[in-house]
Amino acid sequence: MATTDFVPQQSAGGTGQKRIVNDMSIQVATVNGSGSQSSNTVLLRSIFQMGVPVSGKNMFPSNIAGLPTWYTIRANKNGYIGRKKEIDFLVAMNPETASEDVMSLASGASVLYDEPLQLHKLRNDLVFYSVPYDKIVAQVCPEAKLRKLVKNMVYVGVVANLLTIEMAEIEKSIRKQFAKKVKAANLNLAAAQAGFEYAKANLEKRGAFYIERMNKTTGKIIIDGNSAAALGCMFAGCTVVTWYPITPSSSLVETMIEYMKEYRIGPDGKATFAIVQAEDELAAIGMVIGAGWAGARSMTATAGPGISLMSEFAGLAYYVEVPGVIWDIQRVGPSTGLPTRTSQGDILSTAFLSHGDTKHILLIPCSVEECFNMATEAFNLAEQFQTLVFVMSDLDLGMNNWMSDPFQYPTTPIKRGKVLSKEDLDRLGSFARYKDVDGDGIGYRTLPGTSHPAAAYFARGSGHNEKALYSERADDYENNMERLNRKFETARSFVPRPEITKGNGAKIGIIGYGTSHWGITESRDQLRDEYKIETDYLRLRAYPFTREVHEFIEQHERVYVVEQNRDAQMLCLLKLDLKPELIGRLRSISHITGLPLDARSITDELTSMEGK
Amino acid sequence: MGTSTVEPGTSAPGPKTNRIGLTVIEYKGGKTTLCAGCGHNAISERIIEAMFEMGVEPEFVIKPSGIGCSSKTPAYFLSRSHSFNAVHGRMPSVATGALLANRKLICIGVSGDGDTASIGIGQFIHLMRRNLPIIYIIEDNGVYGLTKGQFSATADLGSKLKTGISNDLPPIDTCALAVQLGATFVGRSFSGDKKQLSAMLKAAIAHKGTVMLDVVSPCVTFNDHEGSTKSYKYVKEHEEVLQEVSFIPHFEDIDVEYDPGSTIAVTMHDGSRLHLRKLEEDYDPTDKIHSLTRLTEAHDKGEVLTGMFYVDPQAPNFIDLLNVVDQPLATLPESMTRPPKEILDACMEELR
Repeated sequence: MATTDFVPQQSAGGTGQKRIVNDMSIQVATVNGSGSQSSNTVLLRSIFQMGVPVSGKNMFPSNIAGLPTWYTIRANKNGYIGRKKEIDFLVAMNPETASEDVMSLASGASVLYDEPLQLHKLRNDLVFYSVPYDKIVAQVCPEAKLRKLVKNMVYVGVVANLLTIEMAEIEKSIRKQFAKKVKAANLNLAAAQAGFEYAKANLEKRGAFYIERMNKTTGKIIIDGNSAAALGCMFAGCTVVTWYPITPSSSLVETMIEYMKEYRIGPDGKATFAIVQAEDELAAIGMVIGAGWAGARSMTATAGPGISLMSEFAGLAYYVEVPGVIWDIQRVGPSTGLPTRTSQGDILSTAFLSHGDTKHILLIPCSVEECFNMATEAFNLAEQFQTLVFVMSDLDLGMNNWMSDPFQYPTTPIKRGKVLSKEDLDRLGSFARYKDVDGDGIGYRTLPGTSHPAAAYFARGSGHNEKALYSERADDYENNMERLNRKFETARSFVPRPEITKGNGAKIGIIGYGTSHWGITESRDQLRDEYKIETDYLRLRAYPFTREVHEFIEQHERVYVVEQNRDAQMLCLLKLDLKPELIGRLRSISHITGLPLDARSITDELTSMEGK
Repeated sequence: MGTSTVEPGTSAPGPKTNRIGLTVIEYKGGKTTLCAGCGHNAISERIIEAMFEMGVEPEFVIKPSGIGCSSKTPAYFLSRSHSFNAVHGRMPSVATGALLANRKLICIGVSGDGDTASIGIGQFIHLMRRNLPIIYIIEDNGVYGLTKGQFSATADLGSKLKTGISNDLPPIDTCALAVQLGATFVGRSFSGDKKQLSAMLKAAIAHKGTVMLDVVSPCVTFNDHEGSTKSYKYVKEHEEVLQEVSFIPHFEDIDVEYDPGSTIAVTMHDGSRLHLRKLEEDYDPTDKIHSLTRLTEAHDKGEVLTGMFYVDPQAPNFIDLLNVVDQPLATLPESMTRPPKEILDACMEELR
């Protein structure tokens, strides 16, 4: 067992073994399309409502119905909400995977299984509970065709009983889950209650795991990263969204459609936005660029294969200098890869997306709160720098439920960047689109429809001079490319700064980003508690790298760069930026299982490289 | 063709101005860099005239294009309008985005046969089915000029390259495709037919949906030789004009000469009228199926059918379907694009 938090048995009626409170991971193994998502959400919410920090991770197949799926709920009193490597409590509902699921458990774990599966014969070092689901469900659900769905709510009741989750909270969660469908709520509640009663009457609690009420979730919300991003974009003043469905990004735009239809309709009943489903990712980014050029705050959301398709257009936007925001909800590549698994594998290709000398601003959220906040930052940076801004989320963040503090209303105004109006042109007489007037590399632009004879310029992906006229002259090309570089350098001081957490006199540094954050935070405590290793931690939040990143590496003897890809992509980017003598300090810890990065894997890898 | 020109009054006669007080010079572009005699230059000239005569405010025109000789031409007309020379075959998406951002813009997109029928066929198809308000012009010479003379997908079966290579594959008829897919104004003309092309362009400006004009435009360098079916000589000899087209803008007095016995008048969205003088008794430009039959027959006969094949001035366009506010989305104030704090608080409450 990985947990270190054993306390002596306190309650009567137990079996006298160790008691582990508010520290476990529960895995529910089902087949997709069986309606288990509602049951799992009810379990997650009930624990959350009892004040226990919790997270839910869905490991699902790229399929509509009939293939294995696993949902893992982690409850942790210390607030660790990253994935936990070990499973403590297995709910085995899928005959296909039941044996393998049971065999992979660590000794001492509990298994709740459907009676006919007879799993207790497999091992003798686990705690087994069997439940005759079909018998129970037949009693509470007279309609045979609904039984398959309701069956999953029976295990919710059983788990509630075995883990001491309060039934009042289960009821509240079911009512919330089926908010508008009273009949469905009643049926599901009856199923959960039947499960609870069955367990109470027939099962003897032998496992070590308990949920007890605490107060660590007061005022918090539960939301997935894609929904958080959708909300963020709505409050960022986004006006045009063009997209092509792709896992795991689709829910970002789908949620945004719902929010925008609700909250972005003008007094005349008309929309203050346009959302268009394009024919492919090439069209999606083409529309983003067309809209950005014409002055909209435009965006799209996609994943790796879409990013690859957008490559040519990304170079156009870089060179013509058109704003736009691209959400990359990263999944496992290369190629189609594992569409429903998480990864940080698009860092390098996106930073330099397109041919020629091209580079892009990347923002990297680690939490749902950052998905919300970075939306405004992304749009503001895109318009200030007249360039694409990529927000590098991932499947773990985007599609899973996370606990969070409520989001704060944006304090930053909507910044539209250097745009000349008719009045500006009346005053100036004329302008040169790509002239570096302010020394920051950023020119002034005009929008089509500006009613001034000197407003127009010729946007082109071919070589151009300061006045946006076609040019193949060597000096024009070089000057323009140097100015674009100057602009990128300026961006270093404007992108989100990294978050630095100091240890106690640490010589070792850890650099991480995105969802690796949750594993890293927990791992640093493991390193301190179990190995007496102090670490400082820098969480990157953007590319290009800010000054603090260089300083952090200078301050440490060894710096472990933790990431979820094979080729140490962020480490490669850092190498390009660092002084040669600092490069040797970097070490790579990479994780490529497609599952969210867990603390134990980092701890094991780091201690082994430290020779412990 | 009557234009709404204003007489300069009693003082010395200046250049003619249109109804918004601009002269034709103000619709010109830069000097062309295309080959002398290129059909594309004639098309640019017609665009300049049509925009001038229709009194379009050039600052509200956008000129997106793709890549190729044709896509260079926005530099040669309307220099007071914004241009966007985008990537090969993907102009439709850029145009779509721009019109989403600002519905007040008048969009004239210029493409070529390679840019449309080969690399850009995917975006072309989806543009047509959206009925986006755009004038989409294919400057069609059946050959890749900028890469020095390879076949395009509109090259006719059996036509020959300068090198003697013959085309073994049937052409894509962009007009038939456009009709079938939902474009609401589809015609074909010839760059050398000044009268027909001008009338069509003016009607196109009045139309509030997708206008697809395939303009056969011989390439004087790579496709104007014996054996080419898009040469001046071939088109002149094989052109069959479907009807005589004239156009009366809505701001003009429509009491002009036409013979009701032999014309069809199509009332455009804005009240202006498109007159088709029927050279054939049975041609009805609102009959979709018949237009496709005629296009197919012309192919079989080796004819270049020109004229207005299909028009539906009342079909809802893409921007209307989206039900967006009347003001351009691009310039909406923060008060309209960022909901108040109470909305965020309500959203947070639901997530507790």
